[in-house]
Amino acid sequence: MTTAAPTSALSQPGAPAGLPPAGKQRATLRRSLLAEWTKLRSVRSSFVTMLVTVVVTVGLGALITSAFVSRWDHLGRRERLEFDPTSFSLNGIFLGQLAIAVLGVLIVTSEFSSGMIRTTFAAMPRRPLVVVAKATVFAAVTLVVATVTSFAAFLIGQVVLSQQNLGVSLSDPSVLRAVIGGGLYLTLVGLFGLGFGAILRHTAGAISAVVGVLLVLPIIAAFLPGDLGTDVSKFLPSQAGSAIMNVRPVSESLAPWSGLGMFCLYTVVVLVVGGVLLSRRDV
Amino acid sequence: MIEVRRLTKRFGTTVAVDDLSFNVGPGRVTGFLGPNGAGKTTTMRVILGLDRPNSGTALVNGTAYAGVRWPLREVGALLDAKGVHPGRSARAHLTWMAQSNGIPTRRVDEVLDLVGLTPVANRRAGGFSMGMGQRLGIAAAMLGDPGILMLDEPVNGLDPEGIVWVRNLLKHLAVQGRSIFVSSHLMSEMALTADHVVVIGRGRLIADTSIAQFISGSSQVEVLVRSPQSQTLCGLLVDAGAEVVAGAGGAWRVRGLTSARIGDLAAEHRVALHELTPQQASLEEVFMRLTQDSLEFAAEEVPAP
Repeated sequence: MTTAAPTSALSQPGAPAGLPPAGKQRATLRRSLLAEWTKLRSVRSSFVTMLVTVVVTVGLGALITSAFVSRWDHLGRRERLEFDPTSFSLNGIFLGQLAIAVLGVLIVTSEFSSGMIRTTFAAMPRRPLVVVAKATVFAAVTLVVATVTSFAAFLIGQVVLSQQNLGVSLSDPSVLRAVIGGGLYLTLVGLFGLGFGAILRHTAGAISAVVGVLLVLPIIAAFLPGDLGTDVSKFLPSQAGSAIMNVRPVSESLAPWSGLGMFCLYTVVVLVVGGVLLSRRDV
Repeated sequence: MIEVRRLTKRFGTTVAVDDLSFNVGPGRVTGFLGPNGAGKTTTMRVILGLDRPNSGTALVNGTAYAGVRWPLREVGALLDAKGVHPGRSARAHLTWMAQSNGIPTRRVDEVLDLVGLTPVANRRAGGFSMGMGQRLGIAAAMLGDPGILMLDEPVNGLDPEGIVWVRNLLKHLAVQGRSIFVSSHLMSEMALTADHVVVIGRGRLIADTSIAQFISGSSQVEVLVRSPQSQTLCGLLVDAGAEVVAGAGGAWRVRGLTSARIGDLAAEHRVALHELTPQQASLEEVFMRLTQDSLEFAAEEVPAP
């Protein structure tokens, strides 16, 4: 055996490390979840995008709401009747969803751009399990943040609205469902982004695709002639999903839970397609 | 133990690995040699289950990689130093890897110490130099204390001290009975590290042999002779069937006779010899000769000045 004098910074390995046995097969998912949890909280971008989601959703919600309140006296009878204080206070979600969608995309695509995906799959060769672990950890964290965000946006919005005695309370019918729904919607948007990340594997492409589907498709649908526009529109992912935040029934939108169910279905499809592609392709 | 059997991998119409078979056994360093683009990295990716072969198999300890329960405990791999998220610290990177395979987190500190990264363990890996990135990769490979280590160009970007360290580390690990598989396009590096070589060119196996055999078996032995009576000696050698070429500084390069035979001939005819040196072709020369036909991007030879 050849041994040169070890340098100060580098040492020679001792005897084999004698690691304890890794345990049963059942531990696989738990270990993958733990690994993905460590990954998520050890990069700054997770915190930044989460923070952006909260600030945009709550801040923009408050801004739009106060602008609305100052116009209240000039509004017509119909506009006043159709006003939904709950969903209005959650309006910031439509911009805030972009940040969470981007984070969802990045969960997968940042591994491809850095080449880390090879380390990940070498450590955890059961790829479908990696997708499940990533989605689960991300969904759990997002659900907490998004629910807090939704409640904060609602409560601050109601404070603003109460200047014109327009505020509603969480105990009013369907309000709690709508506010909790805001958190669920944001979480699904994040997972939707994660699925697109898994399908497209490139950050820019996946973000464009998600933004296109969530924000641009509804605009295109609005240009469709006659009733076709509204018929198509209500089944689009973002339109269907955001129905959960309506307290007053809206004719051109699906019922709250069927809308969210629809969005859930889209998300599952995107995630499954992404998971299958990720499992099949070379990395 | 790594077993590669009749492995073929195509990318479109390009054949990256072509019906390749070899074993990497325990207790020695097996060098994986080939010019750039020969298919070394692809072969390693297939072994790790990252790329799917078109045909053939690659087994680690008798199992396909995808079926290994805790792979980091069996195979440590360094594919490219950029397998790390730039925003994540070295410690966090090793921590998630340890967690994914049920490796105690104290092992993270051990391997950080081993590669000398402890002082920068909490810094973002994106700010690491190439050498530091390479050390992090080696730490990651060592994390699960695996019986098989597979390293793709591990000395790339390392300073001379680091290169010596990697060489010694690999030899040391082989002595412990592990299977070490190291790729390189630098022959000189392999000559110093490897006990055995697998040489490929254009995805095909060229040689699978011990280093010593590789050099002696494929080189034409030459003997360098120097004599004050060179004319006489040359005549004798040519008569004995040798091929004699004038070398530098009045020496002659003789092919076709062993140094013993030349010495005997000289003694018989009372010719004084000032030098009689068997020349062994360097690994580099042998390699160049072997892979000449299989270079993917052959450069035109530049005439010597």
